[in-house]
Order: sequence, then structure tokens, then C-alpha cells
Amino acid sequence: MTGKRFWSLLAVTLGGLYFLLPLAGMVDFSMRMKRGEYSFEAYRIVLADPQFQQTFLYSVVLALLTIVLGILLVVPAAYFVRLRLPGLRPVVEFITLLPLVIPPIVIAFGYIRIYNTSSFLPLTGTRSGTNLLLLFGYATLALPYMYRSVDTGLRTIDIASLTEAAQSLGAGWVRLFAVVILPNVFVSVLSGAFLTFAIVIGEYVFAALLNVNAFGPYMVWMGSNRAYEPSALAVVAFAITWACIGLIQLFTRFSKFSTARR
Amino acid sequence: MTTSAASLPAAFRPRQLLNWVGVAPFFLFATLFLLLPTLNIVIGAFRNAQGEATLENLGKLFSPSIGAAFWISMELSFLTAVLGCFFGFLIAAAITLGGLPRALRNGIITFSGVASNFAGVPLAFAFIATLGRLGFVTMLLRNWFGINLYGSGFSIVSFLGLALTYLYFQIPLMVLIITPALEGLRREWREAAESLGASGLQYWRLVALPVLWPSLLGTLALLFANAFGAVATAIALTGSSLSIAPIVLFAQIRGDVLNDPHLGYAIAFGMILLTAIANGIYILLRMRAERWLK
Repeated sequence: MTGKRFWSLLAVTLGGLYFLLPLAGMVDFSMRMKRGEYSFEAYRIVLADPQFQQTFLYSVVLALLTIVLGILLVVPAAYFVRLRLPGLRPVVEFITLLPLVIPPIVIAFGYIRIYNTSSFLPLTGTRSGTNLLLLFGYATLALPYMYRSVDTGLRTIDIASLTEAAQSLGAGWVRLFAVVILPNVFVSVLSGAFLTFAIVIGEYVFAALLNVNAFGPYMVWMGSNRAYEPSALAVVAFAITWACIGLIQLFTRFSKFSTARR
Repeated sequence: MTTSAASLPAAFRPRQLLNWVGVAPFFLFATLFLLLPTLNIVIGAFRNAQGEATLENLGKLFSPSIGAAFWISMELSFLTAVLGCFFGFLIAAAITLGGLPRALRNGIITFSGVASNFAGVPLAFAFIATLGRLGFVTMLLRNWFGINLYGSGFSIVSFLGLALTYLYFQIPLMVLIITPALEGLRREWREAAESLGASGLQYWRLVALPVLWPSLLGTLALLFANAFGAVATAIALTGSSLSIAPIVLFAQIRGDVLNDPHLGYAIAFGMILLTAIANGIYILLRMRAERWLK
């Protein structure tokens, strides 16, 4: 038995080394801007950079809008498929899997071809149109995560009874979703939302191909023009990813308690 | 419950109509921003500039430069998938069967969730800061052990460097997928094998691996697709100095070398084809795997 423990410890230690060294390297490098001492100079420069503030804020807002759009698209669809149109389930599941199968760069390429200035819906022609197209692109990328999390949430509640109860009390459809269904699947929606946030915030390919100054292209630009600031950006991005995944774990643990009665 | 309207065709009953209104936004959105763009690319791959049907574009995929880019992409994806599966399996086995503290297992699973999502541009930066010319490990090796990494021909902007970087999200993905499968191996199976006189090796060869192999092969396919579609990491790491398929496509779309949009369609189609096959294998094998691991 001790032999087995030894080999397991060895595997975990070597793995730990591989995974922690780049994090150490990233933190170390980000603090070396001033010669001969550790400092937060690179962070100070990055955070004070108006380009950083602008692109970061843009990406945060876009990520939040993506989550809202994702909820509006997915919650009604998942609800009706589960309650009334079970025959559509394979179709919807297949569609929501597609963004994982088709590389994002291909979808972005398709957008440029379909929604260019000479098409029936010339979204790339205007600034606001391009922003909208990027939002739609991110909502597409988020479909798999949003759908899965919402569907998991709907499975744990009795939507048929909830619907009947709400309707017999005179609730309309909007009220049913806003006051009854959404609050009941809120925790599972959140896990999809945080994952979406983590994906959208640093996304590069869509933004770059649509020529939008989002946080992803800004990071790449910094990467090819500066030495220490990119590491500081990487630390920030890593912290955001950590926070999002950490919150998901926290919420799913919380939801396990709240649904344990069923 | 819809007896009063039962005589009408299904789709025209008021209630049914409402159901369709509920799912309509989803389908409209998916059609406009997922299905049509993809279909446009696929159709474009089989057409020439005059709109006539042709296989010429796909033929160009086998031209020396494009063919080589696809080949390097496939090598890179396959290598990181195999290594990701191997090391991911070792770590998953260590935390499930190795008798390590439960807290360590939970910590590693959480970290895997983070690391598998820590892809793209920041990951490339982390590796440049670590294994770049002035990186943390590069300097450590030079100052402490006298090893000159770059003198020995290593570079982070290379096939090997890219592979090392990709493993950072490949291994955790494997850990996340295979840990439940390993936990699904029942203790009774092992006891039964041992009571029949099987050695540890025989148990793995005759019981555990046959149960696990659909999961293993399926995850291999998934990791392949995962690496094949990764663009941002490669661009942030190498600029466009390494010709792998997604970077070639990116350059084509950006117009850096664009003289033939239909070649772009063909490259995109080639990528869809490969990732679709890999994902198809994953889904099929996963369904098979779930027979045993309930």
C-alpha cells in the first residue's frame, strides 16, 4: 500500500510542479519591471493605461450582456422543450453542442461572409452593428454552457406543478418566468453565467476578426509590444478565471444543500 | 388537456402555437448566428468564384503549404491529446485510487476546472514568462544548474513550446473527465478479481481497462478536437511564425495573404470536418462508456 501512495504522491507532485511553475513564472515576471527589486510597477502602468480601462470595461459589459441574452434565449427554450415539446430535445441538444464542435474561428469567418457590408443584414458596416454581432457571437459560444446549466436546473424542480400553480393564481407568461421559473433555476443559471463570463472576458478570435477593441486584442497587442505588462495582464486574467470557477463551485455546493430535500 | 381543440391540426392549437413561440427565439437565433454562417462556409468550400460547384478548393488543401499546416496541426493536436490523456490519467488515478487525502483530490479537481478554462492569450503570456528567453524557469536552470535552455535549441516559439503550453489545458480536461470514470470502478470488481487470484496487473488488463477504454479513447478524441480548434493561444505565443491550420485560416481571413476567399472556405471546412469527426467519436464512445459506469 505504501508503494502505491509513494507513486501517487510522485505523480501529484510532478503534476503540481508543471502546473505551478508557469503561475510562479507569470507572477515573478510581472513584478520585475524595476531592475533589481520586486515591484508592482507593471500593474500600476497597466491599470493606469486608458486603453486597458476602456477595453476591459467594454469586455465586462459585453460579457454581462452575453449572459442576459443567453438567459433570454435559453430559459424559455429549455422550459418549453422540457414541459411541452419533448420531441425537440434531441434537436436542441444537438444545436447547443455545435459551438463546441465547430471551431470559433470558423463561425467568426461565417459572420464576416454573411453579415458584411454587401449582405442582406450589413451588421459589420456600422460600429453598433459590429458590437451587436460580437454580442451574438459570444452568445453563440455560450450556448452549450448556458443550455446545460439551465436544463440541469429545470430537472431538479417540478416545472409542471409550478406552472399550474402560478397560472391558477393568475400569473401570465412573463410573470411566470420572471417570478417563478427563473428564481428557481437561478443557482444553476449562475454557474453557466460565470463560465460564460470567464470565456468572454479574454476572448480574442471573434473580437480580432471583427476589428473590435476588446480586452483580448488589447492583451495580444501588449504581448507584442511590451515585456512585463503582459504578465501582469495574465495574472489579472487568471484571477478572474479563478474567481469565476470558484464561485461556480461555491454555488453548486450551495445548491446541493438547497435541493437535497427532493 | 386540450380536448376542446383536439380536432385542429396539432400545430394550430392555441396552446401548441404558444409552445412554438416560446422556442422560436432560440431557433431563430441559432439559425441566423450558428447554422447559416457555418452552412455558408461549407457551401463556399464547394464553389468557385463564379458560384459553380467545384472540388478545386478542397484540392488546394493538399497543396504543399496548406497540407503541411494541416499536418502540423494534426501532429500537435494528436501529440498533446495522447500526452494529455496519459498524464491526466496518472493524476486522476493518483487522486482516486492512490490513498491520498480527500482534500487534495477536491483541490486538484477545482484547480483542473480553472486550468482547463485558462486558455488563450493569458496562458501564452504565462508560458513566455516561464520558458521564454528571459523566463522564470529558463533563468532558474541557467543560474542554478548551468543549463542553457536556448543554447540547446529550445524555444517557446516552436512546436515543442506550443505542445508544452497546450498540455496546460489538455491535462486538466482529462483529469476532469476521467476522474468520475475511475471513481465508477466498483470495489467489488477488484475484490472479485482478487478472490479469483488475479494480480494487480491482471485486474487492470482484464477488468479495469476494458471498462475504461471507451472513456479513454473518447477523451483522446475530445482532446484532439480541443487542441485543433485552439487559435488564440497559438497566435499570442508565436505571432504567425508557426504555420498551423487555424493560424493559416486566421491570416487568410485577416487578408494578410488573401487572394482566394474560397481557399479560406476550404481550410475552414477541413477544420470543421476534423473536429466533427473527433467529437463524433467522443460522443459515440461516451454513450458506450456509460453502459458500465452508471
